[in-house]
Amino acid sequence: MAEEIKAGCARPTGGPVGEKPAAKKETPEPSIIKEVKSMVTVGKKAPDFTAPAYHKGKFVNVQLSEFLGKWVILCFYPGDFTFV
Amino acid sequence: MSVDSVFVHKMWNDHELSKMVKGGVPFPMLSDGGGKVGSIFGVYLEDAGVEARGRFIIDPDGIIQGFEVLTPPVGRNVMESIRQIQAFQHVRKTKGAEATPSGWKPGKATLKPGPDLVGRVWEVWKTKMAFDD
Repeated sequence: MAEEIKAGCARPTGGPVGEKPAAKKETPEPSIIKEVKSMVTVGKKAPDFTAPAYHKGKFVNVQLSEFLGKWVILCFYPGDFTFV
Repeated sequence: MSVDSVFVHKMWNDHELSKMVKGGVPFPMLSDGGGKVGSIFGVYLEDAGVEARGRFIIDPDGIIQGFEVLTPPVGRNVMESIRQIQAFQHVRKTKGAEATPSGWKPGKATLKPGPDLVGRVWEVWKTKMAFDD
């Protein structure tokens, strides 16, 4: 399961794992850069990722694909110590 | 998961959440500095630099079965998330032979989609079934 990580001064970070999103196509006019915002789709695979986490007194690394075989609820929220 | 560091997660759990939930938060509190993961799930709010209240249900095959995204001031309904998982689990158990109509929860009638049910849902399902008793 999740490997423990040492708490140092550097802030641990994670990110997407596996396939990278398709590279941006070059446009003839480089001055116009279209930003493509992506949203995941129901019925499609959830993009895999790793992220550092705090879990029961330890700092660990969590990877979504470790939870294959289980139901997962992934929740995002604006921030710690916010009120809702 | 939020953009806070794991250190802030620890402080929040140890000093506030553990006073609401005995033993503290039972699941991993994930850190997403920079909103990299939030961005690929479409919930990172660039202007504010935080993540919206996004909730994703991911099945045992890693497939996203549902999601709900709210702006920060309104909280979610945990019972509704649980109800949805129960419904998806039921559908999965029947290998798609049964579907759960509006308002379904465990114990309520399901539908068995097929040629015989076309145009006849009104006979087996009443609108009052969409609401709690």
